[in-house]
Amino acid sequence: MEEKEKTAEKTEVIDNELPLDKTVRLMSPTRMVVRRFFRSRLSIVGLIMVVGLFIFSFLGPVFYTEWGEIELDESGKTEYSVSQATYTVNGKEYTLRQTTEKSLKDNFLDAPSAEHILGTDNEGYDIFVRLMYGGRISLIVSFIAVFLITAIGVVMGGIAGFFGGVIDNIIMRVCDVLICLPGVPILLIISTILDASEIDAKYRIYLLMIYLTFISWPGTARLVRGQILSLREQEYMVAAEAMGYSVPRKIFKHLVPNVMPQLIVQMSLSLGSMILYEATLSYLNLGVKAPYAAWGTMINIISTNQDILQNHLNVWVPAGVCIVIAVLGFNFIGDGLRDALDPKARR
Amino acid sequence: MAEKTNAQPFDPEAILEVRNLRKCFPLKKTITGKVTSELIAVDNVSFKLKAGETLGIVGESGCGKTTLGRTILKLHPSSGGQIIFDGKDITNLKSSQMREIRKQMQIIFQDPYSSLPPRSTVGGILSEPVEVHNIVPKSEVKSYVLDLMEKCGLRDYYYERYPHEFSGGQRQRICIARALSVNPKLVICDEPVSALDVSIQAQIINLLKQLQQDMNLTYVFISHDLSVVKFISDKIGVMYLGSMVEFGTKEDIFSNPLHPYTKALFSAIPHPDPDFKMNRIVLKGDIPSPANPPKGCRFHTRCPYATDICKEKVPEYKDYGNGHCAACHLLEQ
Repeated sequence: MEEKEKTAEKTEVIDNELPLDKTVRLMSPTRMVVRRFFRSRLSIVGLIMVVGLFIFSFLGPVFYTEWGEIELDESGKTEYSVSQATYTVNGKEYTLRQTTEKSLKDNFLDAPSAEHILGTDNEGYDIFVRLMYGGRISLIVSFIAVFLITAIGVVMGGIAGFFGGVIDNIIMRVCDVLICLPGVPILLIISTILDASEIDAKYRIYLLMIYLTFISWPGTARLVRGQILSLREQEYMVAAEAMGYSVPRKIFKHLVPNVMPQLIVQMSLSLGSMILYEATLSYLNLGVKAPYAAWGTMINIISTNQDILQNHLNVWVPAGVCIVIAVLGFNFIGDGLRDALDPKARR
Repeated sequence: MAEKTNAQPFDPEAILEVRNLRKCFPLKKTITGKVTSELIAVDNVSFKLKAGETLGIVGESGCGKTTLGRTILKLHPSSGGQIIFDGKDITNLKSSQMREIRKQMQIIFQDPYSSLPPRSTVGGILSEPVEVHNIVPKSEVKSYVLDLMEKCGLRDYYYERYPHEFSGGQRQRICIARALSVNPKLVICDEPVSALDVSIQAQIINLLKQLQQDMNLTYVFISHDLSVVKFISDKIGVMYLGSMVEFGTKEDIFSNPLHPYTKALFSAIPHPDPDFKMNRIVLKGDIPSPANPPKGCRFHTRCPYATDICKEKVPEYKDYGNGHCAACHLLEQ
């Protein structure tokens, strides 16, 4: 009799609260974010831009194999140069025009045609193909840099925010110093050193990116630290302490996942700025060096010849457009993610 | 320390013994780190608790109940006194040594909304402590957790869900399940029902009582709700401004309150019969600031029976028979 009463009470305790229907699948936070992200048109545009660039740069060279990155069009070109001189003989003016026909080895500055979709540049490289390879460099380099910046920033910011006190002070002062360092002058010095040490042109850009990482991680570290300072006081962190979790587990399994929203936004925005940085470096001849292609170096061609700036738009405009698309795309995605991850904007 | 230990052997029956526990929070510091003023949140609290018993701690807001609970768990470092858990002095253990003891003493928080991590599923929240402390072999973790969820009145398909999908009562059940996942001996319930509405309160209290029987738990139940404390406790401690003013069994305290503060507190319990004539003792004034506590007996500013000695001397905390302790000058006369 007593036992029966007990079981009855137990089921009552369980059943008393309104049960959620088993068939109703409530969404996980991640799925909700994805849904809100795709609701915004701008972020879809950004995603299409970035994915398009990725396909163009990484799959493009696989399917379009007419020309290689450093393959000169040696089909030859006949250059005509006209020189004229005016003489005055007996009050009459005579113009002497001489046309020189010069046969050249490389087919440079060719106009867009079926053979070269966007023509060739001043050396005779196919611009369309170099655009793809340049995209590879830009995207790979910026992804590596952002990944490194985030990894270092999360670890340093996490440690500073979690432990506080002296450790926090030391890490934050290091950040202050690094933020004070002027980036470009030091970059010029490093670039000169790299020139002197004859490092393969292909790898210089990676070394420069490591330097960029080194001076850029404090931003992320500050962001993470600030977030963790406020999350640390939440009651679920006291619960984690009461559970006897180890410190790394508390930082990286309980605190950092809650910083992720801000971190993802920061990452997508800094991808854009890294592409810009890389292009600037290459434009200033500090990054990728000839004969390898990068969007920045392709724009830099205009500095060799005024004529290209005015009459051969196909040489440098496409690279500029690619940079704009990449930066805009990453910024659109970043903005879309920021709105999607904002818990106050639940719709 | 060793001498003191020899002088006062640990009570083998008590699972938790607290001796003269103090907790101060620094308010102002000089540049060199010397504390110039401090807030005494818990002052000279002592009690013993046997396994399987429930100690109810009552008191006004800000009297140090929560701080006491957290200091016992060493979530705050103590500023003095001893905490003896299961025959071991844990007062000066390092945090790495504490980690092993953590699975034997757990806490349930007041606010079920902020005490669950928002980005893990219920299953994740409940299996993490089981995995960290190796409670069961890895392959059995899921079935263990599902079993535990059933015990706490949670449905098995909640496993994949997130805390934000639940109501307060269900969240508190998740918190209880989390605290019990490591098979603790002692659970500190820090106002576990005060954030819930009354019908859910009853369910949670019943659940706690049932789990206590099933798992032979010892509770320290912190609350300001006297009827809840009366229902669940075996012993009751009354706190005022950081110190324990009265401690005893539930029967002793309710039938024969000794301290004037306890009397005033219990006279405020509402009675279900509207015709019942209540003799309320209304205390004058507010609770003084714990940063600047009154001299002598801390209650003298509001005590209706205060005499001159109360303003001068701190009353001794004495046993008045059957483990019924109180700190009041009036009782000594």
